[in-house]
Amino acid sequence: MTDSTAALLARPELALADDALVLSHRLGEWAGHAPVLEEEVALANIALDLLGQARALYGELGDEDELAYLREERQFRNCQLTEQPNGDFATTIVRQLFFSRWQELLYGQLTDRPLAVKAVKEVAYHRDHAEHWTLRLGDGTPESHERAQRAVDDLWRYTGELFQPLEGLTVEGHPVDWDTLRVSWDGYVADVLDRATLRVPESPRQSGWRAGAGRQGLHTESFGRMLAEMQHLHRSHPGARW
Amino acid sequence: MTTVLPEQGTDAEAQEFQRAFDTAVAADERIEPRDWMPDDYRATLVRQIAQHAHSEIIGMQPEANWITRAPSLRRKAILLAKVQDEAGHGLYLYSAAETLGVNREELLEKLHSGRQKYSSIFNYPTLTWADVGAIGWLVDGAAITNQVPLCRCSYGPYARAMVRVCKEESFHQRQGYELLLELSRGTEAQHAMAQDAVDRWWWPSLMMFGPPDDESAHSAQSMAWKIKRHSNDELRQRFVDICVPQAEALGLTLPDPDLRWDTESGHWEYGAIDWSEFKAVLRGHGPCNEQRLSQRRAAHESGAWVRAAASAYARKRQPTGARNATGPSPAAEQHVTAGSEGGRPDTDEGPRSREADPR
Amino acid sequence: MSSDWPLWEVFVRGRRGLSHTHAGSLHAPDAEMALRNARDLYTRRSEGVSIWVVPASVITASSPDEKDPFFEPASDKAYRHPTFYEVPEGVRNL
Repeated sequence: MTDSTAALLARPELALADDALVLSHRLGEWAGHAPVLEEEVALANIALDLLGQARALYGELGDEDELAYLREERQFRNCQLTEQPNGDFATTIVRQLFFSRWQELLYGQLTDRPLAVKAVKEVAYHRDHAEHWTLRLGDGTPESHERAQRAVDDLWRYTGELFQPLEGLTVEGHPVDWDTLRVSWDGYVADVLDRATLRVPESPRQSGWRAGAGRQGLHTESFGRMLAEMQHLHRSHPGARW
Repeated sequence: MTTVLPEQGTDAEAQEFQRAFDTAVAADERIEPRDWMPDDYRATLVRQIAQHAHSEIIGMQPEANWITRAPSLRRKAILLAKVQDEAGHGLYLYSAAETLGVNREELLEKLHSGRQKYSSIFNYPTLTWADVGAIGWLVDGAAITNQVPLCRCSYGPYARAMVRVCKEESFHQRQGYELLLELSRGTEAQHAMAQDAVDRWWWPSLMMFGPPDDESAHSAQSMAWKIKRHSNDELRQRFVDICVPQAEALGLTLPDPDLRWDTESGHWEYGAIDWSEFKAVLRGHGPCNEQRLSQRRAAHESGAWVRAAASAYARKRQPTGARNATGPSPAAEQHVTAGSEGGRPDTDEGPRSREADPR
Repeated sequence: MSSDWPLWEVFVRGRRGLSHTHAGSLHAPDAEMALRNARDLYTRRSEGVSIWVVPASVITASSPDEKDPFFEPASDKAYRHPTFYEVPEGVRNL
């Protein structure tokens, strides 16, 4: 790795871009499989917003396709939450709730970045969509309740990473206030889960990896397969234009 | 809206209704949902609109097959938006069909059980990235050729849905053409990929216009009712005439050795279509018939608990003795921020309920 | 179970100054979701600034039988239309 690559990989914007790209990719996997046509449209909207955010962020750092298609797994800095497989609709919704609320709070702080100011409106809608579905799944039928609770429990271990400070991420010269962010996130999530008749898990909020593993390039198994699928065509034709 | 049919009256009344209907159609007026219409007209529309809607949603599959592998982020965004549009178009069309007194659930059930068809073209596989381009250029191109006249269809809701669909679809064909052009002018391998895709999609695209006029079961009546405006063969010819120069500009060859310009007719003459293939695919023996239907059924079935959950939630929140089974509030309104990308809602204000003021 | 997602009619205000116009319909379990679905479906290309959703079942419509008494009386009231009146040539802003 050259020095300039190392510097690039350390940029906090890259982590944010990777979050958006990876989650967008996962949501794109729903196309043609959603539980109802109206949700096909809704999930694709969210995926498109996130993809737009990723492209804008990559654009500030270099060539978007080089960054998306030619980095190895260990060079991706997205948090592990975003790469978790779609699972059932409840898993997808809870993943979205956890991530979108975090993104909304973080981008809400980044008031000196036009990109974040634009994105925060999109993200608020994603959060709203996830919140409405969390309520309906949690307080719907016994089956949906059970699935929603399982999703919350399963994904909980990936939420701790969200609050690991992203080094270098500042607002008008000051670091982001991660403590406030976590407190707001906790309060919000507890409230939504409560209204959805779901329990806040007591299990640890970190996976077995050390804290911030995704941010450091350590990912979960399914991520390698996701990248292989995403990158294979681009990599099979080195230098080609599309 | 629930469609209320006029009471069955006397023969004289029936004749009066028929006359009013015929006059409206002859005068190029639109038939609207609550107008009287002949049973066969209604049945033909339900069949055609449902088939059209089914084609949109089954048609998502061959392209969605490449969303996760799109070779650039720009292409990924375009493809995702396009597949999303197809879901949207399916929704517009189901909603047009519902004005005829059927409901979507019923139509989906008919699709899933094989009693209603969708366009056979989607029973072909998308084997390479270039297929995404070929679908955009040829399949969407053929669809547009078919659909533009439908914007003037005699049935109002269908015509209006088609206006919306055609407007939105204009980018679909272009992105496909642009994709193929990039490949054709790209590396040798890319060019070969593009040619291979055109080779595989050309003939099935011509079949999209349906059997030749003399064998088309429903054509004559549909033309008389102005549901259909041009015959299958007319539209097919129009499509070939459009495509030949476009293929040339792409630097790709259409796989028809008999293709030649006929100065007399002023049209491109094309070779014989293998209708036995068309019929086989229609009968369910295409490469992907089983796969497409089973994915559709699986999505619907595995989504059942989600739909049930939302219904249960709505019921729990319904005030006891509510007026009907539709939902807690008679109307709701949402403000959307103007000018922002995708029409995003004003997030500060958020949606809120209020009394309807449907003036 | 699924079939009890009712049908909603969607009305979109294209831009400020225009009235809400019928855009189409969709299915949703309740009003809140209907609004969101409508926003996703009918304003994907910035087609609107405001949306109404109304359960299709609560709309009362005139029936075809009522057509004549409902709509014909208006057609002989030509004086309701500005073109009914003659304006001398050269008179403007009327």
